[in-house]
Amino acid sequence: MEKINIDFTNYETELSEKFKNRKNFEPHNPKMISSIIPGTIIDVFVKPGVNVREGDKLLILEAMKMQNLVVSPVRGKVKDVRIKQGQMVPKNHLLIEIE
Amino acid sequence: MSIASKILDFFTRKSKVVEGGGEKAIQKQQAMGKMTARERIESLLDPDSFQEMDLFVEHNCTDFNMDKKQLNADGVVTGTGTIYGGFPVAIYAQDFTVAGGSLGLAHARKITKLMDHAVKFGMPIIGINDSGGARIQEGVNSLAGYGEIFYRNTRASGVVPQISVILGPCAGGAVYSPALTDFTFVVDKISKMFITGPEVIKSVLGEEISMEDLGGARVHTEVTGNAHFFAESEIECFEQIKKLLSYIPWNNRKTADAIKPREPKITYDITKVIPSDPRKPYDVRNVIKSISDDSDFFEIQDGWAKNVVIGFARFDGATVGIVANQPMHLAGVLDVDSSDKAARFIRYCNAFNIPLLTLVDLPGYLPGADQEHAGVIRHGAKILYAYSEATVPKVTLILRKAYGGGYIAMCSRHLGADFVYAWPTAEIAVMGSEGAANIIFRREIMASSDPEKTRQEKIKEYTDKFSNPYVAASAGHVDAVINPEDTRKSIIHALMVSKNKEEVTVKRKHGIAPF
Repeated sequence: MEKINIDFTNYETELSEKFKNRKNFEPHNPKMISSIIPGTIIDVFVKPGVNVREGDKLLILEAMKMQNLVVSPVRGKVKDVRIKQGQMVPKNHLLIEIE
Repeated sequence: MSIASKILDFFTRKSKVVEGGGEKAIQKQQAMGKMTARERIESLLDPDSFQEMDLFVEHNCTDFNMDKKQLNADGVVTGTGTIYGGFPVAIYAQDFTVAGGSLGLAHARKITKLMDHAVKFGMPIIGINDSGGARIQEGVNSLAGYGEIFYRNTRASGVVPQISVILGPCAGGAVYSPALTDFTFVVDKISKMFITGPEVIKSVLGEEISMEDLGGARVHTEVTGNAHFFAESEIECFEQIKKLLSYIPWNNRKTADAIKPREPKITYDITKVIPSDPRKPYDVRNVIKSISDDSDFFEIQDGWAKNVVIGFARFDGATVGIVANQPMHLAGVLDVDSSDKAARFIRYCNAFNIPLLTLVDLPGYLPGADQEHAGVIRHGAKILYAYSEATVPKVTLILRKAYGGGYIAMCSRHLGADFVYAWPTAEIAVMGSEGAANIIFRREIMASSDPEKTRQEKIKEYTDKFSNPYVAASAGHVDAVINPEDTRKSIIHALMVSKNKEEVTVKRKHGIAPF
């Protein structure tokens, strides 16, 4: 039988799939720009190596018939562009990495 | 026209309408393993008890050539009958063979008329859902129809029992009627419920998912918690509905009918269910079966949030709603889902005058960032709210662990329990001994030349002092420590003396429950 630890005590018990598949918390990294909603990449404005400032346009993500402009939350250099125009992306998909 | 020919004309008209969508559509329905709307009503109700109403109702939509289309009974069969050997019920069944069971205003008004009857006459309403959704040709009028149903579902909530049976698709706005009712029944491979279907999801989001994986019967009984009962076939589902109705009262002004009392079966021995080590699991349903009439326990939502067990049993012939921590699953902790599950059931029992029995054995609330971020605070608060709000007799039995916030939440004296019993195995404390010793004696343990030895000594010290029911009993938080063998006797006694319980509450419209 599996175990679960509550207040320093191990209890023998069966675990649910939901519990076993739970994700560990990851702190938000503003340099890793991910999709907050699934959708289609309409346009990409930056290439790797380009310097961006806070507020610079990065791409347009269309979702639920709305065109969402994604801007850089930080100043830095574009390290990687993980998507291309026309691509459909799921939620939490890494779009652009900034260093 | 002679009287005879008028009667003949009536039969001709009637026989045309009861055909529903015609032979071809009926064959298609049967090919999917589904009964027709009228067959369903007949097999659920007492034989020959169904009286149909509004058979000749027609829609008055004229757009998109709808005026040339006659939809028999407008796609829904409604009426009254008796169930379970003579008890009156209102029932409707959507007819998928007629325009896909689509809901227009006339269809909806047949349902709302029936719902109004059910509330006036104080009888349960059973809705069999099998519909492709809104009748799009009727535009906003079909939305109006849904809205009028939801309004009545809400107004009838806690007044008469409302049962939803999903025997086909139930998509889009239509799903909110089942969600507003008390109990939802689903059947494997037949039931499908979702707000947006696989096609929309694919076109908008690019996600591919089958109807079954998105909103099939198993998904709603194991993942979402939207359904309360799962069956392999429509017939099995109807048996479940009849069984459920045997436990509950016909409306909120009545109490459930008692049946002849029976002793528990001797195969369930209460002295052998529980391991003495508080870290070892067991199936709490065996505790229930060792004390309930005929060892019968009718479990609700048995596939979802299994760390708490809810359902009906009988004591001395009368229905009791049971809420029990399940040590076998996730150690019986409370979390987001189990709090929702228990709280809603507690409110159901309170609304329908069903006494509550709570069996406690839990180490507390489930720790974790995922739980905190999923709102375990507001979800967990629902249990506190539901128990505190409930004015039906509340009997609590602490079997083993009752730690921390979990102790308070599980119908403690402090939330208004009428009787709190504890077994000699009960441990009522802020937390388990190991955790408590690690915190209270941290310095002494760290300063010790043999920290592990000191730690074990301190754990024992804490266990000896607090891991028992007597500290709580000395404060009067526990009314009586009882021998496990006397459990059934004590519970029956508590229910007997609290039978005419009356509690005066301050007048208010309603509280602000932590939904």
